[in-house]
Amino acid sequence: MESMLPEAFADLEPFASKWSLATEGERYAERMATTMPEIQAFYDAVVPRAEEAIAYCDKYPLDDMPDDALHLLHLLYSMVQVSFPVECWGQPKIPDTGAAALDLISEPGP
Amino acid sequence: MSRLPKPPEGSWTQHYGLGTAPVSYEDSISPEFHALEAEAVFKRAWLNVGRIEQLPRKGSYFTKEITVANTSVIVVRDQQGEIRAFHNVCRHRGNKLVWNDFPRDETSGVCRQFVCKYHGWRYDLDGALNFVQQEEEFFDLDKAQFGLVPVHCDLWEGFIFVNLAKEPAQSLKAFLGPMVTALEGYPFDQMTERWFYRGPVGANWKLYMDAFQEFYHAPVLHARQSPPDWSVPAQNAGFEAPYYKIEGPHRVVSTAGIRPWELGENQRKPMEAVTRSGLFGPWDKPELGVEMPPGLNPSRANPWGLDSFQIWPNFVILIWGQHWYLTYHYWPTAYNSHMFEGTLYFVPAKTARERIAHEMAAVSFKEFGLQDANTLEATQTMLESRVVTEFPLMDQEVLCRHLHKVAAEWVNDYVAGQPGLNNEGVRV
Repeated sequence: MESMLPEAFADLEPFASKWSLATEGERYAERMATTMPEIQAFYDAVVPRAEEAIAYCDKYPLDDMPDDALHLLHLLYSMVQVSFPVECWGQPKIPDTGAAALDLISEPGP
Repeated sequence: MSRLPKPPEGSWTQHYGLGTAPVSYEDSISPEFHALEAEAVFKRAWLNVGRIEQLPRKGSYFTKEITVANTSVIVVRDQQGEIRAFHNVCRHRGNKLVWNDFPRDETSGVCRQFVCKYHGWRYDLDGALNFVQQEEEFFDLDKAQFGLVPVHCDLWEGFIFVNLAKEPAQSLKAFLGPMVTALEGYPFDQMTERWFYRGPVGANWKLYMDAFQEFYHAPVLHARQSPPDWSVPAQNAGFEAPYYKIEGPHRVVSTAGIRPWELGENQRKPMEAVTRSGLFGPWDKPELGVEMPPGLNPSRANPWGLDSFQIWPNFVILIWGQHWYLTYHYWPTAYNSHMFEGTLYFVPAKTARERIAHEMAAVSFKEFGLQDANTLEATQTMLESRVVTEFPLMDQEVLCRHLHKVAAEWVNDYVAGQPGLNNEGVRV
């Protein structure tokens, strides 16, 4: 199978197909649909590589990123998304939020 | 004992002459009051419907559903580059003119003219009726008399406002008044990276306004968003704002800030350090190259947190010390529900690192917002029980007290001008 991420981030490849998602709506839905052990495993793998990954993405202009760097950037967005379950809640969902919804209708790229 | 100075009267509440008695929330649970509010407030006040950047070129348009006033409005940039607004209704048989797929959903796009889906009547961007299908079969139809129904529309600092009154009682600028217009010169036009959130809330619109115009709740409701080394002392200390201002129907709260990069590692979330960002925004603020307007950070707090301008009736501009801003809109849909909109605006990210910092601020915003929204439904349902009818408000809740007072004043003023209505909206 062709890899999604730049070669230097091969260790994160197992997480790419699940977490390299282009929109906040998809990332939020994925977080809700994933168990805490799986979220924790992704968080533990990606956080130590975050600084390097940000620096890698920073080599390209935002409006002209190669696909593999863009996938890496989207993976970093998912890292941000899952940080709240891991660092604050101990569960995917924000406690006491019931059926409340706040959808991101339009968001900036890339 | 408060840590920050208060006005000479001893409290902000007394300083602004709002009275200190417990308040009623009947205005948030009464269908009759809501019906009056629709007429007295939403059909008479200037309402913000968006930003000029949403209409980048000639023919750009968007629609805005104003459910509480039973209408939908088209906002468009015409051939001359002017921003105009019209009721979204075809003059032929009353069909909604501009919509896609679902008639009740908002839409946007670019067009050269508006064409009704029903019988093909066409309107220029300035509202003039320019084509009628089988015109010769109509009876004495003067097309000049059948243009789109205009809505008063004006701009302030790139914010587009409409007013549904036949003749607005005040110009937009007079309505906003000196406290709000003292923001003129803030570089809103540089902050064009837009994040638009929307969600239905099962509570009266004023209850959500209340939630975001006091921060007394913040160390409690949002305690778990921070590690205990931060949240426990924060909750013990409580919250105080250094500055409140009330002018006409509008309100401002200004807060001191923090320098998260100076906090210990146990006082902030690890992801804040990874992304150099958080709820208050990116740690590294963009250069704006302009002086901040005099109306901003009125207490000259350093570090400064934010100024939240609560613009009557349902619009908030919240400007962060870290050089970005957000807006809130609360659009009533019934006495016990509304549509909440939160829109974040940043100077466009130039690098992946900046973009990730924006992502962190935006995700944090949603985590907090969802906590607030769901709490409101819990409030609405129990207010409606009317088991308790009077509620004590403390001094940090001074702006909540003012909002409900203004709502009552506008409704009373409307009723007074409508002989035959009593103040419960009932014909007598």
